[in-house]
Amino acid sequence: MIWIDTIIQGILLGGLYALFAAGLSLVFGIMRLVNLAHGDLIILGAYIILISVTVLGLNPFFAILIAAPLMFALGWALQKLVLNRTLGEDILPPLLVTFGLSVVIQNGLLEGFSADSQRISAGALETASISVGPISMGVLPLLTFGSAILVIVVLNHIFYRTAIGRAFRATSDDAVTASLMGIKPERVFATATGLAMVVAAIAALYLGVRANFDPSIGPARLIYAFEAVIIGGLGSLWGTLLGGVIIGVAQTVGAAINPEWQILAGHVAFLVVLLIRPRGLFPRGN
Amino acid sequence: MALLETKGLTAHYGDFQALFGVDIHLEQGETVAIIGANGAGKTTLMRSITGVLRNAPEQILHNETPIGHLPADTIMKRGIAMVPEGRKLFPSLSVEENLIIGGQHKGGRDLGDRIDSFLSRFTGAPDPMELAAGHDGAGYWTLETIYELFPILRERRHNPGTALSGGQQQMVAIGRALMSNPYVLLCDEISLGLAPVVIKDIYAALPKIKESGASVIVVEQDIGQALAVADRVYCMMEGRVTLEGRPSEISRDDIHAAYFGAVA
Repeated sequence: MIWIDTIIQGILLGGLYALFAAGLSLVFGIMRLVNLAHGDLIILGAYIILISVTVLGLNPFFAILIAAPLMFALGWALQKLVLNRTLGEDILPPLLVTFGLSVVIQNGLLEGFSADSQRISAGALETASISVGPISMGVLPLLTFGSAILVIVVLNHIFYRTAIGRAFRATSDDAVTASLMGIKPERVFATATGLAMVVAAIAALYLGVRANFDPSIGPARLIYAFEAVIIGGLGSLWGTLLGGVIIGVAQTVGAAINPEWQILAGHVAFLVVLLIRPRGLFPRGN
Repeated sequence: MALLETKGLTAHYGDFQALFGVDIHLEQGETVAIIGANGAGKTTLMRSITGVLRNAPEQILHNETPIGHLPADTIMKRGIAMVPEGRKLFPSLSVEENLIIGGQHKGGRDLGDRIDSFLSRFTGAPDPMELAAGHDGAGYWTLETIYELFPILRERRHNPGTALSGGQQQMVAIGRALMSNPYVLLCDEISLGLAPVVIKDIYAALPKIKESGASVIVVEQDIGQALAVADRVYCMMEGRVTLEGRPSEISRDDIHAAYFGAVA
């Protein structure tokens, strides 16, 4: 029974990793841009929520209504003013620039908020749980997992059923021909990054409520996000969720065997998937 | 007044000069054909007019307004649509989505443009709605009329665009350009790689396209096809216009000389 419990906790943890990864997957899928600052942007989002909660006294779930539009605007401006200039045949400039951005965000947060660990308080919700037979599940992990599914459903809907989604796919296929259709690729990319940052804000909420955070933990979150995206297959959002779940389960199972093995087990699972399916479980065309 | 005009148009790819002072014009209601061998500069000319390659403003005029410097999306919103060489359908989109996206961002319909237009009052940036010159993209062409023109596309509308035969893909590419109800339709090598019977089907759509109010420039390597459909023909060689005239007025020898640079 302990194993079933462990696996369920792992699956639910995978929801959080999928939230970390969904924005990364979206941006990569549309503009082949690997955003090395994604983890730090999530942490930045967590601080925005933290300020809204402590200064304005808001419930964190309402604070997201402030953080999400702010993060959208930030992502939009970041793409429009900085990242669009790095896109091209060469994949190195976006890597360098987002790496630099990661350093800037970490040090900016360190300057503004010190290196102290912070936490977003969600009151009784943090410890609430429901029991299904002998299995007890935390309400917060369940909410996290449910949010991950909802985010993926909504993103897929946007991607495949709306005008902006058509523009995303067309621009991703061929930006020059898309511009002949009246599309401004740089504007489409800015919207995509804005959307990715909204997802990052949601990830930040659950990250900050679930555990302590400080300005330096972004890159470690980025690694989990990367692994989830790559396990799932680049550009597939449901694959990303599955990737998150695989890492989550590997980590909780590893931790159940030996607490020191938690992080290691996640990375080993990632390597095993790469050995068997080098392009991930659900690679998208081409 | 010419609907569309190039004046001393030059174009470069890095150090390589592809066009040397090209002058062509298109009148309202005309079909103009541009012929020439590979490398003559026909596609470069199309890329310049559509804004994929940027030029000096005065080198391209639309209703006597300089447009040479405008980006591709703005040119399209002014009502100049392109059927690109090689069709260039979007593989991630179905046939119907490929058609819809052709009309999705036509002049004044685009939320981003409305926002930029509002912001331009404060920033002094050019107003995208003004640059679109009042082309609202309304007109004869809708999904329904495209499907009437090319009935096979209705049957295939849920297929990925790239799963179709070459001729059907060309129909999608033409339909996609028509969805914005353009004033000017530029067709780059629409018969390339297609069987003669398929080419005939595609060109059979031309009268209907003209009737809808579009003026047309076709770029063709097939001289016979070009002479058959065009009101006027330009022949290009090595980045220059070497011949201009009505099909009835120019001889085979003229064309041969203009095409290959020597009389046979």
